[in-house]
Amino acid sequence: MTALVESPPDPTIERRRAVQAAAAASLGRRKFASRVWLGVCWLFLGIAVVPLVAVVAYVVAKGLPAWSVDFFTHSTTPEGIAGGGVWNAIVGTVVITVIAVVVAIPVGLCCGLFLAESDGPVAAALRFTADVMTGIPSITVGIFGYIAIVRNFQAYSGLAGAFAIGFIMLPVIIRAGETAFRGVAGSLSEAALALGARRFTIARKVVVPTALPGVITGVLLAVARGLGETAPLLLTILGNQYLQWNPTKPMEALPVLIYNYSSQPYADLVQVAWGAALLLMVVVLVLSIGSRLYAAHLRKERR
Amino acid sequence: MTDASVPTPEVRSPSIEESLTVQAEQALMEPDQGNVVMTLRDVAVAFAGRTAVRDVSFDVSAGEVTALIGPSGSGKTTVLRALNRMHDTVRSATVTGSIHLGDLDVNGPDTDPTLLRSRVGMVFQRPNPFPTMSIYDNAVAGLRFNGVRKKALLDEAAESSLIGAALWDSVKDRLKAHGSTLSGGEQQRLCIARALAVEPEVLLMDEPTSALDPIATKRIEELVGELKSRVTIVIVTHNMQQAMRVSDRCAFLLMGEDKAGELIEFGPTGKLFSEPKDPRTLDYVNGRFG
Repeated sequence: MTALVESPPDPTIERRRAVQAAAAASLGRRKFASRVWLGVCWLFLGIAVVPLVAVVAYVVAKGLPAWSVDFFTHSTTPEGIAGGGVWNAIVGTVVITVIAVVVAIPVGLCCGLFLAESDGPVAAALRFTADVMTGIPSITVGIFGYIAIVRNFQAYSGLAGAFAIGFIMLPVIIRAGETAFRGVAGSLSEAALALGARRFTIARKVVVPTALPGVITGVLLAVARGLGETAPLLLTILGNQYLQWNPTKPMEALPVLIYNYSSQPYADLVQVAWGAALLLMVVVLVLSIGSRLYAAHLRKERR
Repeated sequence: MTDASVPTPEVRSPSIEESLTVQAEQALMEPDQGNVVMTLRDVAVAFAGRTAVRDVSFDVSAGEVTALIGPSGSGKTTVLRALNRMHDTVRSATVTGSIHLGDLDVNGPDTDPTLLRSRVGMVFQRPNPFPTMSIYDNAVAGLRFNGVRKKALLDEAAESSLIGAALWDSVKDRLKAHGSTLSGGEQQRLCIARALAVEPEVLLMDEPTSALDPIATKRIEELVGELKSRVTIVIVTHNMQQAMRVSDRCAFLLMGEDKAGELIEFGPTGKLFSEPKDPRTLDYVNGRFG
């Protein structure tokens, strides 16, 4: 390969020189390209962040003046009558969400655990169904709730709304649960198996507790999702301007109130809608941030 | 060769005892300090204000293998990563003291970390060939990152680095295959080839055999010995036998009272293992802890 001359040039040194020369020569171009792309990233980041911040700022600016003690403690009043609040909508939203969560969590987490532990055809079908359910337009869920519950029982009710909202939450909880349960290292299950534990015991004592931070985050995100759904409620709970604790009767809920009042020609009702929008946004924000903090706290505690 | 294999009656071949004595004496002798490639003076690394390792001062000599040894938590890898500014990627990390590559101040304000890293390459614990690239593309990845476009140079570097990593014969007919088709040991040699292709002056190896089986480990160790004439090597290992087998000089680090690692002793490997100056080094190399 190398010619037999007095001092053959060392190919390693030659290449090192060539590489370092190329690296130094292209450094300016590489730095420039790096800056350009960093700029592009910042630009798109801005495009994403500006509308987000704008929405939040606008809702705060419009909604905050509506907030008062009465706003949180009184039910809605007809237009022109001062002192109206959203207490009836808060009660409706809380009752409906609690019922929906109580139904959706056990079903959803059991499905999630099953998906995480099994990979047979049933699991594949269930996973596919859950994925499809995630994509179903919420108005379709509303129609389903209307036909399945409202028509059959001949009454609009909070229960029908809870059914519809639970249906919205279910796939989110299933997939969040599956992800969290799958994240538990297989070595832990094996360690429990090797100690003579049965699969149910392993799930109860090892997999579920270990996956808890992820599960809680998933459930709270599902709750946040369910809180804001409007279309399923419009067709199932009807709306109610009076305070109603009984879930078998028509109820008010925050999204429904926002929908109905924001299209009214009366400034005081629109104002209430802005206030309700801000309230809903704050609750969802607190839930999202709180769930993350709690999950982080749990993870830290274990280390 | 032929002369040595047929000893003439006049030249008596040395007895086993004599040759062993000579070997032992050679091991105890200071190897020539030679050219110093990198110097570390009072190097300390802290993460979020907590010192991870400190008081590290030693020289890396050209054409040698320098090993960093010590129990886990003693800061071996942390020191290694300071040598090519890998701590830049960790926001909370601060490196103090001075590290020089020749005349270049590694942490100097005008030092470009990318140019520095093309001169000080690195091989990691686990083989990490780029999964979307072929064997050839993996081998020349560093050259392409550094702006080398000439096909002739790329081809030459690929062949030379794969030969250097003792991988050429087994992959020369399937250079377009994916790196993931190789075995673990072959993947690690591909990573070594990838680092060699840039022709760095110093190659940092962070426990390069910890994820490999004994046979693959042996081949990497042989490779380290073959490569040191081409590139100066600094290797981190938790395996003292490995340090003894492959290195010319050793730096022994130990975790102090306050959980911060520090350099206990630095010297020629033979000396460090046979007659260390510090009693803690003696305890460690005799396997009394760690």
